[in-house]
Amino acid sequence: MGVGIKVENLNAWFGKHQALHSINMDILPNHATAIIGPSGCGKSTFVRCLNRMHETNPDARADGKVQVKDMNIYGEGVAPVDVRRRIGMVFQKPNPFPSMSIYDNVAAGLKLNGYHNRKKLDEIVEKSLRSSALWEEVKDDLKKKSGASLSGGQQQRLCIARALAVEPDVLLMDEPASALDPISTSKIEDLIFELKENYTVVIVTHNMQQAARVAEFTAFFLLGKLIEFDKTEKIFTTPTDKRTEDYITGRFG
Amino acid sequence: MPETNRTIQWHRRLADKLATALAVICVLLVMLPLAAIFSYLVIRGIASLNLAFFTHIPSGSPGEPGGGMANAIVGSIVILLIGSVIGVPLGVGSGIYLSEYSRGQFGRVVRFTADVLNGVPSIVIGIAVYALLVIRQKHFSALAGGVALGIMMIPTITRSTEEMLRLVPNSIREAALGLGIPQWRSTLSITLRTAMSGVITGVMLAFARVSGETAPLLFTALGNQFWSTKLNQPIAALPLQIYIYALSPYDEWHRLAWAGALVLIVLIVATSASVRWVASRGFAGGAH
Repeated sequence: MGVGIKVENLNAWFGKHQALHSINMDILPNHATAIIGPSGCGKSTFVRCLNRMHETNPDARADGKVQVKDMNIYGEGVAPVDVRRRIGMVFQKPNPFPSMSIYDNVAAGLKLNGYHNRKKLDEIVEKSLRSSALWEEVKDDLKKKSGASLSGGQQQRLCIARALAVEPDVLLMDEPASALDPISTSKIEDLIFELKENYTVVIVTHNMQQAARVAEFTAFFLLGKLIEFDKTEKIFTTPTDKRTEDYITGRFG
Repeated sequence: MPETNRTIQWHRRLADKLATALAVICVLLVMLPLAAIFSYLVIRGIASLNLAFFTHIPSGSPGEPGGGMANAIVGSIVILLIGSVIGVPLGVGSGIYLSEYSRGQFGRVVRFTADVLNGVPSIVIGIAVYALLVIRQKHFSALAGGVALGIMMIPTITRSTEEMLRLVPNSIREAALGLGIPQWRSTLSITLRTAMSGVITGVMLAFARVSGETAPLLFTALGNQFWSTKLNQPIAALPLQIYIYALSPYDEWHRLAWAGALVLIVLIVATSASVRWVASRGFAGGAH
């Protein structure tokens, strides 16, 4: 089951440049929330702060409070690896591990964290590949083919399966379809619909139609600030803020 | 207009042919020395290769027919094993450090040190090990020979490992971190594994280079006309044996030197080929 995310007063920096300015946001469980905004507005930085990937860049840092169920992920003594196991991430470009088979790609998160029950792994790999709608296409080559031998769209679904295999509560997607062709894109969008049943999905997208198609809630970011956050329908039909309206009607960005 | 078009096409085709021909000539020129050396070694050495060469130690009196290099072949293998046990883990380890962990000043110092060490003449390394180990132990030894070769392997392996790891796209590291895999684990099981075929190429280059080294062994392993596999005793080695035999005035020894050189090259090529074969199974380097 997905869990909600409560973001309070989140700030993020790259060196001296402040990329996010006190963001407050309440992300509902088992819904998809889209993050939109022009390039460089901090949307990627924002989702990367939600599983502490932001700080893996040299001289990047963040502070504030991000409450996921019982855990403040920026709380004292919280290990980033534990956060990332509970909050999975899918990146812009498909990035399967090229030296691993399809099976090992999906099992990597578990195996490399010391989980070795063969039978259970088989089950989880199948379940994850089914959830990412890839099972039928790869079930005969699981251990024969490298993850890198799949097509771009298949690779991205493989990456989704890999993220699901560690059984996270939340799935963050950073423009997951921007490097894909239209057919693969629509497959990923269909997938997001199904994933919402079991996970909380936060998706960064450049594509406003995509946000409108998959997400119940949409947040509009501009220059590192959260300008407006509401039901998707409201954002795209009757936005409260002038800047949101200008953006969605294509006046800038 | 068709006239000019045809002229342009004719020009382009000629330029293309010329460029291709030049490239092919370069390839042939590069392959020529290797082919020449190898065929000459085969011609001169093959006649002296017999069972005795691989099973006997050198004959007692100089120039006498018969005898072989069994002790030198085994000695070379022992020294190279010691060298690899020292050089490969240290080299790969420092390469990992430079590529994955070093930021700033210290990394630059390590990199510079490796490059300088790479440029130190092999005889100097031999003398250094002589001063550090041989004098202290009070005699030449297989161990000292292995240490000298190991030291020579470290900088080459360090730098090639670093370069190969840097070729692994950052997105792969991010994918691993995003799964909650600890950094040490992701470095070993994912980044290093992705770069494995390149890392192995670097290791094999270093191995091949030190396999033929004679100078650093002169002051360390010394060589041995008798059978010995003790690590704390002087030990025979193919390059040393070739050196001694080639300098001798006896025809029989000259022939044995050629045979020894042939065996040394085949040994290096065979090791390199089998290591690559073992490593190429699986999905190393994204190939499949």
